[in-house]
Formats: sequence, structure tokens, C-alpha cells
Amino acid sequence: MEVDRADGRTPNQRRPVVCTRGVLHRAHGSASWAQGDTKVIAAVYGPKAGTKKNENPEKACIEVIWKPKTGQSGKPEREYEMVLKKTLQSICLLNVHPNTTTTIVIQVVNDDGALLPCAINAACSALVDAGIPLKHLAVAICCCMVESGHVILDPSKLEEQNMKAFVYLVFPNSIISVLPDGSKRPGGEAMEHGIITSVTHGVMAVDDYFSCVKLGRAAAAELSDFVRNSLKLKAGNDPSKVG
Amino acid sequence: MVESAKGMNDLSSEMEVDAFRRLFPLRFHERHLLESVRPDARPLGKARDTSLALGAVASADGSALAKIGSTTMLAAIKMEVMTPAKETPDEGCIAIEFHMPAICSPIVRPGRPAEAAPVVSKQLSDTIVSSGMLDLKELSLVSGKAAWMAYLDIYCLDADGALFDAALLAAVAAFSHLQIPVVSLNDDGRIVVFSKESEGEKPKNKPVNEEKRKLKLRSIPFGLTCIIHKNYILADPTAEEESIMETLITIVLDSSYQLVSLYKPGGPALAYQPIIQDCIALSRQRVGELQTILNEAICDMEVD
Repeated sequence: MEVDRADGRTPNQRRPVVCTRGVLHRAHGSASWAQGDTKVIAAVYGPKAGTKKNENPEKACIEVIWKPKTGQSGKPEREYEMVLKKTLQSICLLNVHPNTTTTIVIQVVNDDGALLPCAINAACSALVDAGIPLKHLAVAICCCMVESGHVILDPSKLEEQNMKAFVYLVFPNSIISVLPDGSKRPGGEAMEHGIITSVTHGVMAVDDYFSCVKLGRAAAAELSDFVRNSLKLKAGNDPSKVG
Repeated sequence: MVESAKGMNDLSSEMEVDAFRRLFPLRFHERHLLESVRPDARPLGKARDTSLALGAVASADGSALAKIGSTTMLAAIKMEVMTPAKETPDEGCIAIEFHMPAICSPIVRPGRPAEAAPVVSKQLSDTIVSSGMLDLKELSLVSGKAAWMAYLDIYCLDADGALFDAALLAAVAAFSHLQIPVVSLNDDGRIVVFSKESEGEKPKNKPVNEEKRKLKLRSIPFGLTCIIHKNYILADPTAEEESIMETLITIVLDSSYQLVSLYKPGGPALAYQPIIQDCIALSRQRVGELQTILNEAICDMEVD
């Protein structure tokens, strides 16, 4: 192996993912998502009547509140809120409930790297749990560029700090469609190849970015299957969760 | 119905252009895009006219005023002496703050901070720090005892789209204009700034940093924001375009065309690889333009 990782993983190996839905009693939808030692709880409240100022009342409004593990929320949290809000806006069907606000509260339980992807995955599961109409799911992944030019997936906090660069990527999950080419767009490229969100830190060559995208896309496909299965499971054994 | 899908029979022939623009903003823009032109007569891939003036704030140690179209940013740097952190005894520090006062846009209300301001602020400091443009060791004065703290404040005077690009341009220009004040050690071992008034008298103590008054900037980052709408890419959008077509992608490349940041926060359109590559090609072109503008501004400054 060219890259030695502290926890003995191979470069393409993600940490084990645990997703539990309906963890909070009072929330309209909730989910906890853990990737190794990174853990986030997301709660969804809404849709409530009315939108905030400067928001389009003809569409549903998404509000994200990010609570850090300790201390007050500052600039990084504001940025996470904005990225999360815009990402979720792009997967929600905003025209179904116009002039309403859906609040998503993200509580960080533990940060051990890849925090934003973890929160996006948690928020997505929580939205499904709350029954908010979605176009498709979003799956988020973190890729890291090592000094030697190799890419590793789903880094821990320590790995993230020592890296040359890292990329957070969010892809749509593949849609299982009745039509044979349901998930193809006119150009012939599959929808799940499009990037919803990309946030990068650190300097890298343009080609390195695309190799991150390629690896991330493969990992996102795996994650996407995991999410689909875990959602199916839950839907089977809890019919009481309505409204 | 077929005709309206083509965008030909959509009331546009029956009403005034301004009314059509307000009532059907998206269709108004799409009809321009069909003709490969934008409402302000720019081709799709062209950025607005950009100007840069160094030394706009006389009281600051380094400052610059950047204009991209009508988006205006004023950046100023104030240097202060501080004790460096224990972990990094021979490094200085920079603190970047982006302000959006109520004057810049109708969306910003006085008293309430704008939503975008902390996000741009964070993005700017991430970009400037991770690009490696500055060597923080150059900001050191006496190892473990004293180092420079550079406070960079960027004020948005007119917010007409592509805020981050203009703010980044103003920030790097302010750093290239920065003149570090001369300081000396006094008898108590404390750092004192050489004031202009005492220049005539013979200084009692030797200045610490007489020769290194300018920072060496390596690989300067430049940004370009594009809108992705269907198969079109619109470089350097105005505020109106940003509000109508919501998928933004900001690419920051440094002077050697390495990717410093590729930032696409959501948006209804997905970014496929060919589109991203086109955006990167546009940014490469833009880096060249901005580099020339910055060099000219520095030359103008030296002539004066």
C-alpha cells in the first residue's frame, strides 16, 4: 500500500456508517449519522407557516441552524449553515409547500473529520424521516489529497489537518426509474455524475481535483445504496410514523 | 403552446421591455442567452470591466479599492504588534473581516448583519491562508516575543454580484501595497513604532526591521464566479443575474494555475465534468487579465 493510514484503513476505505432515524421524540423528523467517531444529530421541524424576510414566499423556505459541539457558533458554523441550506434547497421540492419554513437543526455530537459531509447525510435522512417532499437524496463524501498525490476517502480529523488539500463533494443518488433511461439527462451523462456541492480547502492541481471527483463518485454510489437500504428497512417496520 | 416553448410568443411583443424584464425575469434572460449575449451587452464568458487603485486609505498601512463592474470593494490593512502564540513563536497572524454595511445593497438592513458577510469572510480567510500567498514567518519581529498581527478589513460599498471575486482582488491588492511600519526595541525591551514626527531626530534605538518593509507574495490567488444555467455558463454575474439563476460556482486559481478553491454551494443545476472544465478554462483566462491589472496598478503606484 502506498499510503499508510493511522487506523489501518486502505485509501479507498470509508469508516463504518451508522444511520438511525427517529431518534428524537418531539421533532417532526430526526436522524443521527455516525461515520467512525464523527457523529451528528439532525432534527427537522416544519413545514411551519410563513417565510423569513428576503425569502421568496412562492417557494418553501429552508432554514438551517448549526450547533457546534461546544461554544458559540461563529463564522465556520455560518458557512456550514449556508452550504447546507443551499444543498438542501436543491434537493427539496420547494413548490409543494409554498410560503412555509422548514427548520433543520444540526447538533454536532463529535467531530473526527468529514464533519460537513456527515451533517449533509444526517440532514438528508432527517428530511426523509419527516416526510418532506424531495426530488432525490444527496450523498456527501470527503476526499483528501495526500502530499504524494494519492487520494484517500473519508479522512479522520488528524488526517484532514495533515493533508495537502481536501474536497467535500455532494452527489445526487441514483434514481431507480420506471423508464429505462430515467436517470439519464439529454446529454447522455447519468444524473448522479453531476456535483451538487463542492467545497475545497488547500492547493491542488486541476487534474487532482478531477481524480478526487472520480473516486468520490464511486464512494457516493456505495453510500447511496446504503442509504436506500437503511431507508427501506425503517419504512418496513414503523408504519405508525405519520404526520 | 409549441410557440411559447420556443420563447417566441410570450407576450414579449406586446409589452415594453422593462415590464417584461420585471414580470418574466427568467424568460427575459433566457431570450438573451439564446442570442449568446447578456442584458448588459456582454458575451457570456466575459467579465465586467475591472479597475484597481492602490493606497485608497491614507491612514492604513496598505489599502486598495477594487471595482468589477459596479461591485466595489475597499480593503485596508492595519498592522499591530502582538505576542505570537506559543505553538508558532516565529509566525505572525492575519485576521480577515468582510463587512457589508447597509449602503451596499437594498437587501442589507442597518443593524442586522447580512447573511452573506460571515460566509464571504470565512471563504476569504480560507482562500488566502490555504493559497500560501503569504509566508507568516515574514511577519515575525523577534522570535517568541513580538510579531505582526495584520488586520485586513474589506468593506463592500456596492454589492452588484461576484462579491467574493472583488473582495479577493481587493485583499491581494492591499497586501501587495502593504508597507510594514518601522519599529524599534526600546530600553525596556518593548516594541515601539517609529512615528513620522520623530523621524527628524536621531533615533535612540536601532530599528528592528529596516530592510523588510514589503511582504513577498508568492502565487497570488484570483477568483472567478460563474453561473451555471442549463448548458450556459455566465462569467462574473451581476446581482440581478445571481438572483434569477441560482447556481453559482466560484473557482480560485493561483498565478501558476493551481486550483486553490472550487466552491459550489448547492443550486438547482448540477455541475458535470465538461461544464466544470469550461469554467476552469474561463478562470484561467481571467487570472491572466487580473494579473495584468494588478501589475499595472503596482507600476502606477511606483511611478507616483
